[in-house]
Amino acid sequence: MRRTLRLGGGAGFAGDRLDAAVDLARHGALDWLVLECLAERTIALAQLRRRRDAGAGYDERLEARVESLLPVLDATGTRLVSNFGAANPLAAAEAIVAIARGLGVRTRVAAVTGDDVLDALDGTMRTLETGRPLADYAPVCANAYLGADALLPAIASDAAIVVTGRVADPSLFLAPLMHAFGWASDDVDRLARGTVVGHLLECAGQLCGGYFADPGRKDVPGLARLGFPFADVDADGVATLGKLDGTGGTLTVATATEQLLYEVTDPHGYLTPDVTADFSAVTLAEVSPDRVAVAGARGRARPDQLKVSVGYVAGFVGEGEIGYAGDNAVARAELAGAIVRERLDGRFDELRVDLIGATSLHGHSLDPRARPYEVRLRVAARAATREAAARVGDEVEALYTNGPAGGGGTRKAVTEQIGIVSTLLDRARVHPRTTILEAG
Amino acid sequence: MPKLAELAHCRAGDKGDTSTLSLVAYRADDYALLVRRVTADAVARHLDGIVRGTVRRFELPQLNALQFVCERALAGGVTTSLALDAHGKSLSFALLEMAIER
Repeated sequence: MRRTLRLGGGAGFAGDRLDAAVDLARHGALDWLVLECLAERTIALAQLRRRRDAGAGYDERLEARVESLLPVLDATGTRLVSNFGAANPLAAAEAIVAIARGLGVRTRVAAVTGDDVLDALDGTMRTLETGRPLADYAPVCANAYLGADALLPAIASDAAIVVTGRVADPSLFLAPLMHAFGWASDDVDRLARGTVVGHLLECAGQLCGGYFADPGRKDVPGLARLGFPFADVDADGVATLGKLDGTGGTLTVATATEQLLYEVTDPHGYLTPDVTADFSAVTLAEVSPDRVAVAGARGRARPDQLKVSVGYVAGFVGEGEIGYAGDNAVARAELAGAIVRERLDGRFDELRVDLIGATSLHGHSLDPRARPYEVRLRVAARAATREAAARVGDEVEALYTNGPAGGGGTRKAVTEQIGIVSTLLDRARVHPRTTILEAG
Repeated sequence: MPKLAELAHCRAGDKGDTSTLSLVAYRADDYALLVRRVTADAVARHLDGIVRGTVRRFELPQLNALQFVCERALAGGVTTSLALDAHGKSLSFALLEMAIER
């Protein structure tokens, strides 16, 4: 059995940088590169694309990622696992095979499906957020968060690339560890440690000083060439986190602490499909510059049911903006907002007026001394149709000749909204499958 | 009175309509002060008007960190909120505006 496995975090969201992942794959001596590309709403938008085109519905940047990574992975022997299959892992696998053929690279691709559980739901099931039945929504997709167990057949195969749809983020990292070290599905402490490693790596650059800098208080060098992280994990799940020498960023106990607690709603019971992880005894220690040891997680049994993310059509949001500057800027922007509000009165169930530069992020200033030189009025409202939503931007734009003095720089937009609610589904209703395709 | 920003750093995370706010002391010596002053009630008062649900606090002394879990904090939830910062990413710096008595 091997002593340690090296996992790399090569993407923290669908839009993440490509070059840092290629660097990590080329120079990181990785066993596995993991790309986490699937936010809650991303899969619902992908499902809408699949409805229009049966060959679509995977990550729109998949081709760019695979084209740049495949030659490097082929040369280094690093394997790739990613949820960039989104709403269509099989089509994603076919696209990867086509790219491999074009590049003259022999490869095998494993697609993991079965997270799509729309047919397994019924309208009487309740959402976790509102308690209302699913029948109150118009679901366009429903995806169960698969766990590491669903990935194991693909990981155990000789496929160089494993492509999935919805999988719990840490499970993408845990599955290679379970396979390499033979961890059983009831070995809860090791599963918890592997889950913590996955949780720390899943946002890629956020572990290495990305989303951390605060000039003068928390300075981070070289964010324009931020290095992505890796972890050397041993057979007990004890790990050392690191990043490539010579890259930008910084990896310290402080950056790791922020990432450890990121999006954690219960540090004593972090739920994944694999384990209930307890972070209350997790320790972080700097062992050398940009190297942090992580240990101490404990585990309890995994939840009986799987979380399911349900996407539904939530109408259209119309937005409009206009800017004001100088003395009395806030008063003129407030007057502009009041005019638009009066013009749109009664047309929308939900309408919001913000002053960007003053109230848009927190509703009011938490620093009473702050007085902005310039502010932007932003009006947003939700409507059932694109046409109705467009009225918002039109009314803001009309402030040019009908509103207060000195307004400038209008912008308007209409965006289709997909809402997400969650529910729980018995594991027995979810049937993961692995399909292997080959190029060359 | 010093602001919390001088003593600790923070990252906000989101789950549905819930915002998570970590609070990590720059110096281990200040952790006890954070535990004493930055209670769940104090955070709920400070973020009044932003957080409309309950605030729970978890203590992680081995990390010199507190974790605040704020319910009904994201204007109905990330995916359907009309807010400009639907994820509440910037709430970390709302928390750090809190004045702290030594």
